[in-house]
Amino acid sequence: MAWELNSDRPIYAQILEKLQVRIVCGIYRPGEWLPSVRDLAAEASVNPNTMQRAFSELERSGLVITQRNMGRVVTQDTQMIEAAKRKMAVAQTESFFANMRQLGFSDSEIVSLVNSYTNDANNANHAVVSK
Amino acid sequence: MNEQYTTAAPLLQINDLCKRYPNMGNYMSVFHMNLTIPRGRIIGLLGPNGCGKTTLIKMINGLLAPTSGAVYINGMFPGAESKRVISYLPERTYLENGMKVHQMIDYFADFYEDFAKEKAYSMLESLGISPEARLKTLSKGTKEKVQLILVMSRNAELYILDEPIAGVDPAARDYILRTIITNYNPNSTIILSTHLISDIENVLDDVIFMKNGSLMLYTSVDAIRSQQNKSVDAYFREVYAC
Repeated sequence: MAWELNSDRPIYAQILEKLQVRIVCGIYRPGEWLPSVRDLAAEASVNPNTMQRAFSELERSGLVITQRNMGRVVTQDTQMIEAAKRKMAVAQTESFFANMRQLGFSDSEIVSLVNSYTNDANNANHAVVSK
Repeated sequence: MNEQYTTAAPLLQINDLCKRYPNMGNYMSVFHMNLTIPRGRIIGLLGPNGCGKTTLIKMINGLLAPTSGAVYINGMFPGAESKRVISYLPERTYLENGMKVHQMIDYFADFYEDFAKEKAYSMLESLGISPEARLKTLSKGTKEKVQLILVMSRNAELYILDEPIAGVDPAARDYILRTIITNYNPNSTIILSTHLISDIENVLDDVIFMKNGSLMLYTSVDAIRSQQNKSVDAYFREVYAC
């Protein structure tokens, strides 16, 4: 199944994000081998050179380390992975707040909406479990 | 990407190429085209109907003689030597209707020394086409698939595909694009012309835009996306708005 990619941003940047998510949420675990460029390119239905470029960016950031002639492994530095996770969380929060402000909510209103949402979600989960 | 593959001459070079068909007055179907195509790229040749894409492709394959200018493949004019390294999918099928699919494979294997039979048979199987089927019994779309399988089963240096996906269903289209991706190697280049830009743009490195026989733009897909903040498909619609 081809990966879901937006049409308005560079493809390599979107692939890079998706690979980062896979590392951060442990689909690719610390110290684990990554699939080959060719296999991942076929999976995502993107050009191999584009996938290669995303991999190069990952290497530059240190999340992925190239073993000469053997392939690539995810870094064993869990602190670095945690930092990447934080950074992504901050970015998500920023864009959420930006969208909510655009709808005309103040920051305190947004926070109270989030609180009531998590309460509702917890109750909903509870209801499902207790059934 | 891999220096060891680069030879002195580029894979494909087009110098000041022009084509005027007889009885067409002064109209130039291809007008002063200059292009240098390296190895290891997947390139989309895009442009509206009648902009000269197929004329250009036919000159690269030596099927049409240029009015002026020249085409070089590995530094040589089109000829027997260039046909050895170019695998060409024409806009129309030329398969012999009376033959069976496996006979066609034998024919290609006999004709081209870089033809990989096992590749052809595995693609036939994936697309559910019987090697025993006679070509005239196949639908138009299935015939196009067979033709494409024959062309992609060669280990060529340059693949030139003229409208490879227009006539096939979306599922087969995905399979064909995956085939192109998995067949990719840094020593060969694929040029494909199409109108179905959104279907293929994730697969492309570069795009060539043609207009009225001239080269309008030759750049990478990601360059268009980052400079224009839109997809190649959207950019095409803007550039060629009627």
